[in-house]
Amino acid sequence: MSKISAETHPLTCTIDAARGPLDLKGYEKANGYAGLRKAVKDFKPQEVQQRVKDANLRGRGGAGFPTGIKWSLVPMGPDAGAKYLVCNADEMEPGTFKDRLLMEQAPHLMVESMITAAYAIGACTGYIFLRGEYVVAANALNKALAEARAAGLLGKNILGTGWDYDCFVHTGAGRYICGEETALINSLEGRRANTRAKPPFPQISGLWGRPTVVNNVETLCNIPSIVLNGGDWFKGLSQGKTKDGGTKLYGCSGRANKPGCWELPFGTTTREILEVHAGGMKGGKKLKAWLPGGASTDFLMPEHLDLPMDFDTISRAGSRMGTGLITVVAEDQSMVSAVRNLEEFFARESCGWCTPCRDGLPWSVRLLRAIENGEGRPGDIEKLMTLTKQLGPGRTFCAHAPGAMEPLQSAIKYFRPEFEAGIRAGTAKAAVQA
Amino acid sequence: MQKETVIKLADLGKAPPFALSDAERHEIEEEIHHYPDSRAASIGALKIVQKHRGWVPDAAIPQIAKMIGSDAADLEGVATFYSLIFRQPVGRHVITVCDSISCHLTGYDELKTALEAKLGIRYGQTTADQRFTLLNICCLGACDRGPTMMIGDDLHGDVDPAGLDKILGAYS
Repeated sequence: MSKISAETHPLTCTIDAARGPLDLKGYEKANGYAGLRKAVKDFKPQEVQQRVKDANLRGRGGAGFPTGIKWSLVPMGPDAGAKYLVCNADEMEPGTFKDRLLMEQAPHLMVESMITAAYAIGACTGYIFLRGEYVVAANALNKALAEARAAGLLGKNILGTGWDYDCFVHTGAGRYICGEETALINSLEGRRANTRAKPPFPQISGLWGRPTVVNNVETLCNIPSIVLNGGDWFKGLSQGKTKDGGTKLYGCSGRANKPGCWELPFGTTTREILEVHAGGMKGGKKLKAWLPGGASTDFLMPEHLDLPMDFDTISRAGSRMGTGLITVVAEDQSMVSAVRNLEEFFARESCGWCTPCRDGLPWSVRLLRAIENGEGRPGDIEKLMTLTKQLGPGRTFCAHAPGAMEPLQSAIKYFRPEFEAGIRAGTAKAAVQA
Repeated sequence: MQKETVIKLADLGKAPPFALSDAERHEIEEEIHHYPDSRAASIGALKIVQKHRGWVPDAAIPQIAKMIGSDAADLEGVATFYSLIFRQPVGRHVITVCDSISCHLTGYDELKTALEAKLGIRYGQTTADQRFTLLNICCLGACDRGPTMMIGDDLHGDVDPAGLDKILGAYS
């Protein structure tokens, strides 16, 4: 593995799990808060935005939307009024465990990022929307925020700029849908986490009707080093593996020998992630299928292993990179069971707002459970295929149900015989009973 | 002299009077200060009451609502939406078992079966001695250590069903 330095591993260079997170002094000694200091000393807020645009940083929460463009929609200037920065730290996409690492082990990087990004958009307050189960992260972040506040990095007239800003940890109480940015805003306001219609986009009307930027943890943690080193440096981090720049926290879970999470050049292949970093499949089993980045991404196959993991390539292969943490299924594991597990999750986590999602997802679970138990009936696969259309993009209020349909449609596409076997068994049972 | 207790006829059958403690009120006030609109402290306030009492009794809802400037019906809607706000008493330790895909692929079924057998309860139930409540939960974000579960605030990864006695033994 290459030597870890701030130049090659901007996200994880200060992390040493055995030592634990650095305090303010230690973090500053490791060049921490240099990005923030440079931002407020050398750049106007819009110039920080431009630097992020030049780097072409794309959102690491799953959608890959360019961060600089997102920010540029925020009204700027002295009359813009109250604006908010919200960090989406609600990491709940099954198979994803990257933001936990950053918040538990590099809390000051998170805090520096929350201040630097807030400076770029002129926010008055920042909130880190953290899932309630991340107790260790909450403690680490609150400690780092208190240290930063005591040192004058948060509060009134930050670093002599005349700019006032504070930042708080807001912990949730469950519910996957909180990770959708408009549901997150509703939840932060103290409401049920139903999604909101877009437009208006949060950058125009978000938290309490004010301009609001919602960014993922990993996305934000790239900001200080981009300010410090510039767009060309950031683009070079991917070593020409793909046209997007930067590093990515890739990871692997499921039936692998050494599951884990690593900061690697953007566009690293899945083969390298699985075979080099995760030590290959457990017990010498063959890889059967893999999810590129969470429960709401289409399954891909062993033949896709050599594709670079980037937004556009994985999209062309018929899936989405999502969060970039792969989940691997071994040859002796059932795809019907795996998909039933995924759809159970989505059915339970539906907010219940719109009918296709609220009723369609439990229906898919019933069909899948029947097939899994060898009690499927002819036509069940066709019903599931119809659901993938009726719960697909454009049919529902938000992306929850369309996301749920991605692993289902791809599992049927690649493993139809497994589904058919559950129907044949069901037909045989019915014949015996009749 | 013995103090005389007067029970009014109209109060018979009513729940005993409920009051938030000073500590709860103080912590909720603190939470409200983080936001320009106090209603944003809804979930925080519910969690504060839950931290002190283990769960959020019905009678707490109107009082929390009053503090945060919401109304009881709205807050009830919020309190019942979120899965980690408990609306009935739970045991001293709440076990939440991750049932999402990575744990499903690394031994969730065996862990669930072992826990149910060991504790003699199923999801949503509490042991007779009030020691444990067993719940399933979506992905705990520790997929590299599947199967996983939390007991209270503690995360347990790579849980081997054979080692459950040792893990559970640490929680009295």
